[in-house]
Amino acid sequence: MRFQYVFSEVVTGLRRNLTMTLAVVITVAISMGFLGTGLLLRAQAETMKDYWYDKIEISVFMCNAFDKGAGCAGGQVTDEQKAKIEQTLTSHPEVQSVFYESQDEAYQHFREQFQNSIADTITPDQLQEAYRVQLGNPEEFEGVVSAVAGLPGVHQVVDQRELLEPFFDVINGLQWAAAAVTAIMVVAAVLLIANTIRLAAFSRRRETGIMRLVGASNFYIQLPFILEAAIAGVTGAVLAAAGVVLVKALFIDGRLAKVLEFVAWVDWNDTLEIVPWLMVSGVLLTAVAAFLTLRRYLRV
Amino acid sequence: MPETRRRGNALIRFDNVTKLYPNQALPALQDLTVEIEKGEFVFLVGPSGSGKSTFLRLVLKEERPTSGRIRVAGKDLHRLSNWKVPHLRRRIGTVFQDFRLLPNKTLFENVAFALQVIGKSRRQINRDVPAVLELVGLDGKENRLPDQLSGGEQQRVAIARAFVNRPLILLADEPTGNLDPATSVGIMKLLDRINRTGTTVVMATHDQSIVDQMRKRVIELDAGRLVRDQSRGVYGYTR
Repeated sequence: MRFQYVFSEVVTGLRRNLTMTLAVVITVAISMGFLGTGLLLRAQAETMKDYWYDKIEISVFMCNAFDKGAGCAGGQVTDEQKAKIEQTLTSHPEVQSVFYESQDEAYQHFREQFQNSIADTITPDQLQEAYRVQLGNPEEFEGVVSAVAGLPGVHQVVDQRELLEPFFDVINGLQWAAAAVTAIMVVAAVLLIANTIRLAAFSRRRETGIMRLVGASNFYIQLPFILEAAIAGVTGAVLAAAGVVLVKALFIDGRLAKVLEFVAWVDWNDTLEIVPWLMVSGVLLTAVAAFLTLRRYLRV
Repeated sequence: MPETRRRGNALIRFDNVTKLYPNQALPALQDLTVEIEKGEFVFLVGPSGSGKSTFLRLVLKEERPTSGRIRVAGKDLHRLSNWKVPHLRRRIGTVFQDFRLLPNKTLFENVAFALQVIGKSRRQINRDVPAVLELVGLDGKENRLPDQLSGGEQQRVAIARAFVNRPLILLADEPTGNLDPATSVGIMKLLDRINRTGTTVVMATHDQSIVDQMRKRVIELDAGRLVRDQSRGVYGYTR
């Protein structure tokens, strides 16, 4: 295989079709940008779910020394009250499992979730002891809530899934929107690539005709075209990846995280994990589109 | 069929081949049976549309026959898978009336291109290309571009490109069609010399005087049918 020939063909091809190549780069960048946005939204949802959603369904918060209200007349919850609450929970038929969370543990979780923000201003005794309750059937939360809500030492019973649902609905909706835009842009990119390849194949029909005649393999004839498309694909994907990184650095870290400190935001690890996906998708998208087009225009 | 087997070692062999192009009422070739042995020089004659070019395209497997069998260089083309077709074509050189040179490449590069794209090494290219250029009488003009050459010289480049890989078969589709009679004679001498190296030459032509002078085997087609197969023949086609 003569790589020098392939390489020089690719360079001439890219130069000859510069405007079309740029159009391909831009459409690939936009489609991969939306794909990246979708993946980023998904990572964001996962980050939040990891902490809140999958672990807990109902949280029974118990009184600390500062709490006031019906169940908290006696101040900090006592061991007897805790035993009674735990026994009520474990004996309830709908309850699957119960985890106890002390004030120190609550503080730890709080710190993990809101690192570098307000965690420093909070002390463990300001937080509440809690039972985290998992239900056999999440729909049956009302019975469990009413069973423990009135017990002494219980400050508040929260069905966290219900609290978070609207928020996840929004993220879910955005993900679908990103997926839809991705799909539309991918179609546009494929059509554009097909057209670009068609033009390239036409402008090089003398060369490819002779190559066929003297017995160059199909792979060898098609390789420069596919590489051209793949290079445009990589370039577009790099731009998209840069866009995703900028969104994380400037928008999420630079703005959202400052305004909404109580939300756990997607971290750099998750963000950078998206990049290889964009690269692979960009290259596959263009190379496969090129390959399929070539089957039509460079037949044996 | 034992008889078929015995005759099976012809270099090119058509067995009852019919080619019907889509959307055409009359077949381009009709029930053609013909054999060409290794080392032969064959003229393919007949009026335009008689099926000469179709014959050549079938040998190259650029087209598939509607019915019938074709064997080339020991391969049954019907059974030859698509990815092996390039290997078949490496054993066949092809020359056209319109030369089909690459205008932005020098004479040397045009010939070298044929070797480059089938993955030959630079060493082999630097050895074989000058040799074939000498054979066709173009040594010393390696760096000319095609439009700096005469028609006859351009056709010599095309022949050099077709022959540089030492094919078994050289197909020529009206190679003298764009050339004046004196230049044509030079091209025919060159093809004859190539034939003497053992390469089978199949030349489709309209050029009566050339066929009459060369006294080689003549296969005449008319409307896709074989009407004459004569060794040491003349053009003999009367309008």
